Amino acid sequence: MKTNLSALVAGLLFGLGLMLSGMSNPGEVLGFLDWSGTWSPDLIGVLGSAVLVSVIGFQLARRMHRPWFEAEFPVLPSKPIDRTLIIGNLLFGIGWGLSGYCPGPALAGLALGNSEVVVFLVAMLAGGVLQQAWAGRFGPGAAPSR
Amino acid sequence: MLTDLDPSSHWLAGQIAGIHLFTLAGGLVIGTAAVLLYLAVGRIAGVSGIFFTAARQGGSWRWLFLGGIVAGAGLGGLLFPTLNVVSRPSPGLWILILSGLLVGWGTRQGGGCTSGHGVCGLGRLAPRSLVAVLVFMAAGVFTASLLRHWLGVAA
Repeated sequence: MKTNLSALVAGLLFGLGLMLSGMSNPGEVLGFLDWSGTWSPDLIGVLGSAVLVSVIGFQLARRMHRPWFEAEFPVLPSKPIDRTLIIGNLLFGIGWGLSGYCPGPALAGLALGNSEVVVFLVAMLAGGVLQQAWAGRFGPGAAPSR
Repeated sequence: MLTDLDPSSHWLAGQIAGIHLFTLAGGLVIGTAAVLLYLAVGRIAGVSGIFFTAARQGGSWRWLFLGGIVAGAGLGGLLFPTLNVVSRPSPGLWILILSGLLVGWGTRQGGGCTSGHGVCGLGRLAPRSLVAVLVFMAAGVFTASLLRHWLGVAA
């Protein structure tokens, strides 16, 4: 119950922040990513101020033995900096630069009566499903084919 | 861009070094949301990961977080109607689909997006997330500055 309520409040704040920061507007995102026209540094302001808060928050968490409403902090898998990370983020960045949408702002767009994001989110879900199917067959951790 | 936000009517329309104050305020709220989720329930607020895990294996807290994003943005749109805009021409159906496919594939393969690697990963001082952010930023800038023009997407 408290977990669900916390997730809901965190989601509400996240969505409110996306709207207030202008990041729910893909034109604002492209204003940062597109260096061929009028450049806007706003996205750095959003990411910078969000990271400032989260650095402090994650430092606080280090002094806690457990989260407020759960038994323990899940151990985050330690993964290497490898080709999978680079290629994945390369593809993500290309997709991001094409439309100005990443997952959070696209979700936020659902509330703002923006029909583009429905197409984007369905394609995003399909892309993720395809990747998981591909990784299950060919990716690291898949059964060796030899 | 949000230059049409009337500075005379809204103190948040001010700027520091070209960065609008409302974007800084919004970032603080986003960061607070991510910290709340971690301190309260120990979860990383990575929207792509939560989205795909919710679609695959459900989990009420995941759906509530995602639903909260939609509802919170709707609330923000009511509070700040001048920010509730899409200030770029539509890239067209096929580019939107291609964009969504790449974001879906890439965030699964790369293990996160602007929130998971960006807000949370950088906040955790994770070297892997720093690499991820630099790569997707560079790819985003390259794509928005050059590829969109080559593909004939309205700039």
